[in-house]
Amino acid sequence: MQAEAEFSKETFEGPQEMTEREFTAPRELTVEEGAVLRLAEGVVVDAGDIDVEISDDETMIINMGPQHPSTHGVLRLMMELQGETVLRTKPVIGYLHTGMEKTGEGLSYIQGSTNVTRMDYLSPLHNELVFSLATEALLGVEIPERATWIRMLMSELNRISSHLMWMATNGMDLGSTSMMIFGFRDREMILSFFEKVTGLRMNHNYIRPGGVAADLPDGWEDDILAIAQTIPGRLDEYNDMLTGQPIFKERTEGVGILTQEQALALSATGPVLRSTGVAWDLRKSMPYLAYDQVEFDVVVGSVGDTFDRYAVRLAELRESVRIITQILDKMPSGPYRVLDKKITPPPRKRIDESMEALIHHFKLFTEGIKVPPGEVYVAIESPRGELGCYMVSDGSSKPYRMHIRGPSFVNLQSLPVMMRGGLVADAVAIISSVDPVMGEVDR
Amino acid sequence: MIDDVIKNEAGNYFPTREQYDALVAELHKSGYEYCSDLCAVDYLQHFDRPLPAGVVAERFEVVVNLTSVKMRSRVRIRVQVPESDPTVPTLFYHYPGTEAMEREAYDLMGIVFSGHPDLTRILMPEEWEGHPLRKDYSAERVPVQFKHSPAIR
Repeated sequence: MQAEAEFSKETFEGPQEMTEREFTAPRELTVEEGAVLRLAEGVVVDAGDIDVEISDDETMIINMGPQHPSTHGVLRLMMELQGETVLRTKPVIGYLHTGMEKTGEGLSYIQGSTNVTRMDYLSPLHNELVFSLATEALLGVEIPERATWIRMLMSELNRISSHLMWMATNGMDLGSTSMMIFGFRDREMILSFFEKVTGLRMNHNYIRPGGVAADLPDGWEDDILAIAQTIPGRLDEYNDMLTGQPIFKERTEGVGILTQEQALALSATGPVLRSTGVAWDLRKSMPYLAYDQVEFDVVVGSVGDTFDRYAVRLAELRESVRIITQILDKMPSGPYRVLDKKITPPPRKRIDESMEALIHHFKLFTEGIKVPPGEVYVAIESPRGELGCYMVSDGSSKPYRMHIRGPSFVNLQSLPVMMRGGLVADAVAIISSVDPVMGEVDR
Repeated sequence: MIDDVIKNEAGNYFPTREQYDALVAELHKSGYEYCSDLCAVDYLQHFDRPLPAGVVAERFEVVVNLTSVKMRSRVRIRVQVPESDPTVPTLFYHYPGTEAMEREAYDLMGIVFSGHPDLTRILMPEEWEGHPLRKDYSAERVPVQFKHSPAIR
């Protein structure tokens, strides 16, 4: 035991856990909270506000998680409590770390989307999309119009399914079991459409560098129409069920407030940022795919509390339905992937007929796509916020470095600020309102 | 100050480690409200990568992407970090949101961010040896280091 400790001393930088007040110097407490709260220059932090005076006898540090049903996976929170009040919070993560960025360096660009799709398992198509967009940016290829619109359709459907899943788990966390059943029921409708198109309900590997894996099946319009006609009515029901309901309002209104300045300083994005009133949606402000050709509104909140984050997501569901109805009318015809033989495999039929096609197919799946050297940062709006991919290529068929900027990973940092001064019981509501997906946090 | 920093055609900044902190402070003042992303890259096999004239290639690079909501623009900063002393100043005091990202870069790549309030491992277990995303860290030949039950501290 002792020898082991000696051996690992070189890279041991101390525990990740929250330290007790006794061992946290007042200056550190001020840094921990003062810097995050972003006080203007020259303003002295009020010691009373930072509660440096409280002694350890009055407080208690408890663990919430990693095994706790309402922490959405393996999130562990260390909370310092004074009675029922939360003073400090520290998220401890890494329980689901599987080294996907390292794995990604060993996989070719064709295999890569199978890897990234497993990061954020509630919106796998967005992960594939950002990976493919980054690869295509390095390759410098134009994607056929139909592929772009199919990608947009699928990612909007994925946003609906992800938000519905959030509605379900959020309802569960706040004690509305019926919301959970309903949310899963509606999500099922979208997942069966995904199954029809991609063959899988999760981890699709459908959006790939160069386009999409397959064209939409016959009769896809009917399925989309059914979804677009069913979801808005159901949303009205949920609106009636939750929005005005006294218990739900009690538990969410004024809970976990985050101001605009704090949200920006903490790099929070997605519904968490928009609930504070910043109209920042990458689909609108930095359009990718063909989002500049469809009409939709960016939904913003005003207070930045848990209720606003709920309301923003509920309204975003309607906007997504609006987008898919427009896509239904505007879907162009044409190829669903790039017809460049160096990037996408030839059709199956051609392989039997043509030697050249066979060679291309063989080369593509053994060697992979050769991507010119360069580096690129591409960001898209996933249901949870800005999903970025920083990719470095050295000219080989594997990414030299692939870094994914996970929105939940960054959004988790705002938890301590939201929790401060609240009750333990509200913690569950706040965690849920940030919508962390641990697969993406830990990658 | 910004004019002294070397820029390439794409508009990326290549500050030295001494200029880095001041450049970020300047950009923050000029309207880049939030830091989208901070990560590190290990260019062990690629010291000959294309860099603008005047920038000396080092093994590591810290890459920062800043975003402006008002101007709807992004800017990228790439700092060269030598292997012998992988230290850069922290951005925590300009962008508190880089706290977790810098811890991640430290954990996986071994870049030390001086002045960071809590520079500990974030994704790997505390007792883990080495920094897995470095190119000289083999992916498959390392036995999994399980974390034993913690001793009383």
